[in-house]
Amino acid sequence: MSINWFKYAAPSNFYHLAGKLIPWFAVPAAILFVVGMYIGFFVAPPDAVQSEAYRIIFIHVPASILSMFIYLIMAGYAALGLIFNTRLSSMMATSLAPTGALFAFISLWTGALWGKPMWGAWWVWDARLTSELILLFLYLGFIALQASIDDPRRADRAGALLAIVGSVNVPIIYFSVKWWNTLHQGSTIKFTGTSMHIAMQQAMFITLAACWLYVVAVSLARVRSIILERERSTQWVSELSEVRS
Amino acid sequence: MNKLSLLGLLGTVIRRDLLLAMRRRSDVLTTLIFFVMVVSLFPLGVGPELDMLRKMAGGIVWVAALLSSMLSLGRMFSADYLDGTLEQMLLAPQSLSVLVLGKILAHWMLAGLPLVLISPVLGLQFDMSPDALLVMVLMLLLGTPILSMIGAIGAALTLGLRGGGVLVSLLVLPLCIPVLIFGTGAIEAVNTGMTIVPHASLLGAMLLVALVFTPWVTAQALRISME
Amino acid sequence: MNWSEFFAMNGYGFYVWGSYGVAVLIFMIEIILVRHKRKITLQQLRMMRDAGEEE
Repeated sequence: MSINWFKYAAPSNFYHLAGKLIPWFAVPAAILFVVGMYIGFFVAPPDAVQSEAYRIIFIHVPASILSMFIYLIMAGYAALGLIFNTRLSSMMATSLAPTGALFAFISLWTGALWGKPMWGAWWVWDARLTSELILLFLYLGFIALQASIDDPRRADRAGALLAIVGSVNVPIIYFSVKWWNTLHQGSTIKFTGTSMHIAMQQAMFITLAACWLYVVAVSLARVRSIILERERSTQWVSELSEVRS
Repeated sequence: MNKLSLLGLLGTVIRRDLLLAMRRRSDVLTTLIFFVMVVSLFPLGVGPELDMLRKMAGGIVWVAALLSSMLSLGRMFSADYLDGTLEQMLLAPQSLSVLVLGKILAHWMLAGLPLVLISPVLGLQFDMSPDALLVMVLMLLLGTPILSMIGAIGAALTLGLRGGGVLVSLLVLPLCIPVLIFGTGAIEAVNTGMTIVPHASLLGAMLLVALVFTPWVTAQALRISME
Repeated sequence: MNWSEFFAMNGYGFYVWGSYGVAVLIFMIEIILVRHKRKITLQQLRMMRDAGEEE
């Protein structure tokens, strides 16, 4: 049995597919989030050093991981769109950017709220926090560039080039910030390390999965609007039941 | 018209851009004055204690250089874009990357090199040691071309857009952070009696990588913006 | 463990709930914005269609 994947590279087919898929991602996301929160707050014991404050980890770490991951996925989609001229991949890149920026912001916000009781300061120029901030800047640059270009084709391609240059730069930025940080003997969040309780790990992975599913659901929902906007003059859009009603 | 060699082409583009700039000298001077002004504002903002200023000097000069090179990026392609020269360049049989490299080098000579040359004077205002001054000039010499090269990508992407000037800074500044870190790191190293070799070699490596890739990427960006 | 103790989070309540509160708030706002965008887009499409039919 072979599935024709290219069928779904056509925006009209993907529009319907995405509509069907969204609940399959959104509902598990909500369930897993509740389960993860339950384990994180009621099963996992308090940390020996950080007491209850460490529980921020269940949102902070997934947000940080996903914010970086989404940038790579976004750059990948953008590159596909640039190289193979597949409009749908470019639309996915555009759709992922705001969510990625929001996750970067959540990561910074929770990092600050974690830092205040642990370091005694809202913001510390720690290597990871600093690179996360720069990542947020990269997202904002991508969004701002696409927003200021009216021609969608140019917006896609210019955004793609920026995302690719950005993703090549991300490791360089990360290592240079780390280098800068060690030179200045900055502080880093040191978790108790290997002695992380099994329930803590479970809760973290479950919320990570929940956030991931959320990202998929919300970006699919956003890309549907983008597809409609871009394809508004086509026959299939005008024949949609939600447009005709 | 005889066929130009690559180096000849590079020379022609640079000569042309320099000539055009020399007819409008005030543009070059504005960037330079902006640089001097920003650097001179810092002591007024943070206080005149020489101990503190000496420590901050490298960072201040670098950040000011970063900002002033952003300031002049808009001019890199816009004049050629407006009068249609850029379109001719895209159609030319010669390699667009080489043309772009020429424009980048010309931009650096007009916007980067003057900053490098005047930076020791500004360093003296901050009571920097002769060693630190030397290292600063050296690092700026290695680093400012990278700023022009990364900036060229941003300038090409934002060509002809509304709000292009601010937008280009938004795109380019985050990408320039490694340059800032290694550039200031070397000045700090020499102040604390450590070797500057790792900083200098990393910055040099970045310069070479940028030299190879950025003209090509900028050429692609120009094609995207012009089609 | 009673609820007031749970919400106090051993004195870290503000930080822990501040983190989760804002995160959940952001998720909610994003969902609302995405739905709003869909509504607006569909509205525009209908207006385009109506304008097209009048011609």
